[in-house]
Amino acid sequence: MISAVFENYHYSVVIILMMTGLYVVFSSRNLIKKLVGLSVFQTSVFLLYITIGKVAGGQPPILVEDGHGGGHGDSTDHHAETAMNLLAGGEAKVGGAQHSAEVLYSNPLPHVLILTAIVVGVATLAIGLALVVRIREVYGSIEEDVIADLDHRYNLEGTAD
Amino acid sequence: MDFLSLMPEWLITHGAAVLVIMPLLLGAITAILPSERLAWFVTLFVTVFGTVTAFAILLVVFGGETQLYKMGGWDPPHGIAYVIDGLNAPIIFLICAMALLTTLYGLKSVVAEVEPKKRAPFYAAFMLGMAGLLGMVVTGDAFNVFVFLEVSSISTYVLVAMGASRDRRALAAAYNYLVLGSIGATFFVIGLGFLYMETGTLNMADIGAILRDLDGGSRVSMVAFGFITVGLGLKLAMFPLHLWLPGAYAHAPSMVTVFLASTATKAALYLMLRFTFTVFDISFAYVFTVLTFIITGLGCAAMLLGSLSAIFQTDARRTLAYSSIAQVGYMLLGVGMLTTMGLTASYVHVLNHAVIKGALFFALGAFWYRYGITRTEDFAGLGKMMPWTMGAFTLGGLSLIGVPFTAGFISKLQLTLAALDRGWEWAVVVIMVSSILAIFYIGRLLLAAYFQSPPEIDGEIVERNEAPLIILIPMWFLALLSVGIGIYYSDFVVQLAQNASDVLLQGDRP
Repeated sequence: MISAVFENYHYSVVIILMMTGLYVVFSSRNLIKKLVGLSVFQTSVFLLYITIGKVAGGQPPILVEDGHGGGHGDSTDHHAETAMNLLAGGEAKVGGAQHSAEVLYSNPLPHVLILTAIVVGVATLAIGLALVVRIREVYGSIEEDVIADLDHRYNLEGTAD
Repeated sequence: MDFLSLMPEWLITHGAAVLVIMPLLLGAITAILPSERLAWFVTLFVTVFGTVTAFAILLVVFGGETQLYKMGGWDPPHGIAYVIDGLNAPIIFLICAMALLTTLYGLKSVVAEVEPKKRAPFYAAFMLGMAGLLGMVVTGDAFNVFVFLEVSSISTYVLVAMGASRDRRALAAAYNYLVLGSIGATFFVIGLGFLYMETGTLNMADIGAILRDLDGGSRVSMVAFGFITVGLGLKLAMFPLHLWLPGAYAHAPSMVTVFLASTATKAALYLMLRFTFTVFDISFAYVFTVLTFIITGLGCAAMLLGSLSAIFQTDARRTLAYSSIAQVGYMLLGVGMLTTMGLTASYVHVLNHAVIKGALFFALGAFWYRYGITRTEDFAGLGKMMPWTMGAFTLGGLSLIGVPFTAGFISKLQLTLAALDRGWEWAVVVIMVSSILAIFYIGRLLLAAYFQSPPEIDGEIVERNEAPLIILIPMWFLALLSVGIGIYYSDFVVQLAQNASDVLLQGDRP
């Protein structure tokens, strides 16, 4: 049990961050703190994706000249094959007869995915903060209880005070 | 098929991509346009073009064909494929057609509800939202779904917040929607991460094939299913995850409310169907259990509690928003039956509910446009003050209750038959009770509108002041359509739904 936790320690980091983030979102009543929690929560997912891309002992997926030193035409063919192997994702081992030594590549796809997700996260955070600024202007507070109270009165009386 | 021969060939072959790219590109350009009128014309162009293209694709797919579009010519599973079949073609058409109707409606309504300098960006956000919804429905790549889900969500947060110049509560509603929506999308992407760990691919058809080979896969895919269901459940306002919806619907600009109510939850429901039936499979024990016991239960709870909450709202828009939550319950009940009939009923209700709620929210927007009315107590005498708008509202309301010869009746009939076929007599009771509750919340508004006299201001009765024609046209179009479906076109809608459930239960996606 203990050894399982230590072997998969990267998952425990992800889980701790994920739960911390969610807890902050649900427990804090301050709109900015909620966004902080949301960002922590999203970041844990980035880590989850990145850890699954790493292969133990694997190299960054940078194409290297193969040991043969063969003609250029030959190597482009080979590169295409390598690229396809990388795209296949699950295939970590690349190469074979043509390679002098077996090269173990890490999977780049999760990084690419997470690059997209980071952009999405930034956009969400930006909109969220912009909304908080507007809420502060209109309600004069960024505490959820105060806003809910004002809204409740508005709902009952039908007019803003 | 005459219509198809009029369409240029490239539009049919590249239709899937063009549908998404058009609003995406023109939406970005619209954001910097100086004139709001110009922005409106661009939006109108995009939506008309989208509707025509989507209709052509619907006709092509109607025969049971599947359109596969490889982005950039890369073959799936490595490349991103756009796939249109009987399941998503009607939803695509629905999104485009509703976008067109709301744009027409927006000409007057947006002017009344959004500040002048924000109108061009408003249309830009609207088009991006449309592009996002279309993208998440049309794509066959699971991660692409996430990206488009966020494109549509982020623009929706902006659109809801634009209601602030009419009603400041829109800001708080948009914030809540943002927090819950982001959590939902993040849950979805966690689920995708687990699926990718298990299968090593992101193409939905490919994931499905690999999971079937693994016979459901290990605990990893179980966890993935849980995360994806909760994530999409938040987006489609599944019962306990619906808290963002009433605020967002009630305080957004009218045009946005109509568009959201009739497309956004439908697109999310489509994704749920796609994931549970074609990516996962109901033959996996965990999927079967979750759908039969949890989704069905939540659906029934939504039908009862959603309708019950609707009765006690003081704001008419909130009433209809809670009613939407109840209607999602009907759809989930149909899905939970796991039979062809149940799925067909559910899908029929997706289409019918979009038409009905569209008409109703159009009418509510018109009430605000003329008299600034949103509260239920102000409905007194509206039947005399705005007879045409109230007429459309009445047709929509009757259809929502499920009076015979309306669209709502067709979907409830289908659902009841499906429940009896499955042997779930208790579900019939739930459907009936929920419909009776609907009589109360719609009836309350209708009674006030027709049997109370208009309010008096300074001793004079408020005069009749009908909504402008450009608002009445899309409203009456949907209201008449909801009756038309009930009387003439129910076979067509049921056939569309039948095609969709065939796709779901065969799971033969290329």
